[in-house]
Amino acid sequence: MGEAIVRARYQTTPRLGRLLRVVPVILLLAACSGSGPQTALEPEGPIARDIDGVWDLVLMLATFVFVLVMGLLVWAMWRYRERPGDETEPKQLHGSSVIEVGGVVFSVVLLAFISVPTVRGLLDIRAVPEGDDVLHIQVTGHQWWWEFEYVDETAADGRTLITANELHIPEDVPVYLTMTSADVIHSFWVPVLNGKRDVVPGRVTNLTLIADNPTPPDEPIPGQCAEFCGLAHADMRIKVHVHDAAGYAAWVDEQLLPSEQPAPETALDAGWQTFNTLCTACHQVTLEDVEGEVTTHGPERYITSDDIEFRSSFGPNLTHLFSRDTFGSGTFTLDADHLAEWIDNPESLKPMWADRNDLANGRVLGMPDLGLSSAQIEEVVDLLETWR
Amino acid sequence: MTAQVQTIRSPGDRGVWAWITTVDHKRIGLLYAVSAAAFFFIGGLEALLVRTQLLGPNLEVLSAEAYNQLFTMHGLTMVFLVVMPIAAAFTNYFLPILIGARDVAFPRLNAFSYWLFIFSGLLIYSSFFLGGAPDGAWVGYAPLSTQLTEVVRMDFWTIGLSTLGISSIAASANFIATAFTMRAPGMTMLRMPVFAWMSLVVAFLLIFSLPSVAIGLFQLFLDRNFGALFYAADAGGDPLLWQHLFWIFGHPEVYVLVLPAMGIVSEVLPTFARKPLFGYPFVVFSGAAIGFIGFGVWSHHMFTSGMGPIAEAGFGVATMIIAVPTGVKIFNWIGTIWGGKIKFNTPMLFSLAFVAMFVIGGLSGVTHAVVPSDTQQHDTYYVVAHFHYVLFGGAVFGYVSGVYYWFPKWTGRKLNETLGKIHFWLALIGFNLTFGPMHVLGLNGMPRRTYRYPEGLGWANWNAVATIGAYTILVAFLVFAWNIVRTHYLNKGERVGNDPWDGRTLEWTIPSPPPVHNFDETPIVHSLDDFWHQKYAENEEGRAVRMPAVTGAADDQGDIGRADHGTPEGIHMPSPSYYPALASLGIAITGGGLVYLPWGFAAIGVGVVVMLWGLFGWSLEPVTKEH
Repeated sequence: MGEAIVRARYQTTPRLGRLLRVVPVILLLAACSGSGPQTALEPEGPIARDIDGVWDLVLMLATFVFVLVMGLLVWAMWRYRERPGDETEPKQLHGSSVIEVGGVVFSVVLLAFISVPTVRGLLDIRAVPEGDDVLHIQVTGHQWWWEFEYVDETAADGRTLITANELHIPEDVPVYLTMTSADVIHSFWVPVLNGKRDVVPGRVTNLTLIADNPTPPDEPIPGQCAEFCGLAHADMRIKVHVHDAAGYAAWVDEQLLPSEQPAPETALDAGWQTFNTLCTACHQVTLEDVEGEVTTHGPERYITSDDIEFRSSFGPNLTHLFSRDTFGSGTFTLDADHLAEWIDNPESLKPMWADRNDLANGRVLGMPDLGLSSAQIEEVVDLLETWR
Repeated sequence: MTAQVQTIRSPGDRGVWAWITTVDHKRIGLLYAVSAAAFFFIGGLEALLVRTQLLGPNLEVLSAEAYNQLFTMHGLTMVFLVVMPIAAAFTNYFLPILIGARDVAFPRLNAFSYWLFIFSGLLIYSSFFLGGAPDGAWVGYAPLSTQLTEVVRMDFWTIGLSTLGISSIAASANFIATAFTMRAPGMTMLRMPVFAWMSLVVAFLLIFSLPSVAIGLFQLFLDRNFGALFYAADAGGDPLLWQHLFWIFGHPEVYVLVLPAMGIVSEVLPTFARKPLFGYPFVVFSGAAIGFIGFGVWSHHMFTSGMGPIAEAGFGVATMIIAVPTGVKIFNWIGTIWGGKIKFNTPMLFSLAFVAMFVIGGLSGVTHAVVPSDTQQHDTYYVVAHFHYVLFGGAVFGYVSGVYYWFPKWTGRKLNETLGKIHFWLALIGFNLTFGPMHVLGLNGMPRRTYRYPEGLGWANWNAVATIGAYTILVAFLVFAWNIVRTHYLNKGERVGNDPWDGRTLEWTIPSPPPVHNFDETPIVHSLDDFWHQKYAENEEGRAVRMPAVTGAADDQGDIGRADHGTPEGIHMPSPSYYPALASLGIAITGGGLVYLPWGFAAIGVGVVVMLWGLFGWSLEPVTKEH
């Protein structure tokens, strides 16, 4: 026993050796880790599948060229290495026009093979979907979150459906995104559904998403902003929930309803008073008060690009906040504790530049620390939890 | 033979002052090289910090603010302060020697280029101590780069790039004039070594591409400081205008970075395969073609920006066309070693690795031309992998090859082969460990320029591998640094004569290190690879046969023709001057003032006076000081 301990302690594997032994293990682990849910290689919709098809073809040709060229290179290195004792000098070959022309023709033919599917695939992914079933959604990119306005889904009073960061779409239906930015350039990217498309201030860009199958409620499809947009670019994520037709309709109905404004003098009213003095400077919320009157509180903001109006605000619409799973643009799990932490000190969770906000000039760079007491925070969170 | 050739120069060839006032292309080349090496380690350190932060999901090694500054400065440093100057170092040192000249066409302009480069680099780096470095990525896309005008970080970037551009334009004009007017008798254009050719192509690329980004930067400066609205969408400006202006420069810039490395490889492969470069005219013309077509493909950096399918298809196909001349080069390099007698010295290993890594980078480049797949790959780690295969496994390996190849010429000592091989294998393995996995990460959806990533996306393991690879690269280049210190500063390297590799071109005919005037007598050139042909003939089989006349007497220039014996007093070389350094210091001070508008106007005043003092002193300076 004692001997075993001594031996273990003095076993003389050098540190470097041990480290080097770890490397292949990590490589193996990495290789086995699969492609993950945000991959372009396992598409879950026809458009992404088309792109993946083009990629597979190109990858095949590239692999062929790679093996050919590397084969020639390595073969030449091995075959024509200097051998000890060999005194002869090599033949002084200066070139060969046949090989040059052959090389050019070879490359041109290969590239022609690639260019045809390139152009065809390009026209395919840029095609504007037509038909009655197309769902139109307007997307506004903000530093650092996404706003979605369902222009086809309106309530009786004409309000369009607005939500943030979590996109809900029906399966098998072309969803045509019309996008612009409120500030800098972003890029909307959900790899399993389509390639990315930049979201540019002053311009309108479009992207079509089609999803094959509904997603489980706790496993939405991830995506994220793909154009560097400043401090919290990494935390500007997207979640896409795909529903069957009935599920989508139910979600829409729910989202179009107003939430409840607490009656005066009730337990939740304290939270509402705080919310209505501070939070509504940036966030919109549509509420029904005890008299049954529906009011949208908070700033209404319109961003016009290429003559298209994008209804927007300065922060995410909070009407049905607790119907979402995440906040902070898909970055944090939404629960009361997390949210309290966020309201108490937003920049402890997500880096932002709220001290540089300038609402009068439309510049919003994050959620400010409002300096609320912990009692006030608790009241506000209690209120928000009722907005499901 | 001339027994003793004297060089006429003003006194003071030693000490710091001699380096500040030098107009010798070799010294300026070395200044570029040492500066680039210093920036290489700084930029590498930045990359290591970035990689450490990405070792695992949601790490907090760096704040988002620090991370964004570090990756921006890493890119900026490696492109503008490492690869461009190291290319300038080789061009400065070897372009005149390779074409048989005694200096560049405008020696003082050459000094000006160097000093403006180093002062611009220092100006950009001073931002770290003045409230933060640029943090809007090296491409500085508007309107992000014009958004926070109260923070001067991006002003350092705007001004620094502008003054670096002035330096590059001056250097390019100089190199073009040198290649066109300073060639030795008999050195026709198609007898110029490929490296000289690539330097020439690069100079043209810079002259034609820099104006575009200069206008872009000027507009950006006005947007930031004077409320101009070139890139402001809500006032009728257009953010995409910046992207076009930037990439019209930015894409040729890629070839600026890699073509000189291709030139070096085209010198190294024939030397160590003991065969002439296969298809020399094709290699030269494909280099020029790459440069030329490179002006017509910039928008492939913008395939996701919404240009419309017609433009996208056009630029996609144009980009593919670039693969043709690039392929020609690869085939010719393989043709060069085919049938040779390959010595695997360190320079050769790095050149061969260049070819192999460049093939990978080139192939992944073709996949970007395929617009549909590019919409998935754009702005992901796949792109990061691609351009590191081209610029690190490609360009940097090429330049490292050049350092091992020409180090004996610089210092008279060979770098240690064992250390060189350790450096090579560590670099090759570390490089592939770092950047290979990034292909997978990008295809699996990891965007670049993100300071953290969550768990559950399957990225953690490959990121860990990449970080291990990055530290391996660090070790590799520490070995390299040690090799240089040991060889040169501790005097442990093997001493060599004029021609340690049995070389082919004119630099191997002169002493190592070369005298100030390079050539005692201006050589007369009779063919491509002139020096080789003086040493070797070809027998009936076409094999090289050593000619007895000059065996072992590489330093004997007896057989090299004589054109210019110099005057009886010796060879007249340009006098040292501190005015070029002064003029560029003035420009840098002006730049510093422009960063801090409006109160920087005081510094601008001082800077302009210093610059004018430098320029007037320069133009009024007597050609040769009395002595």
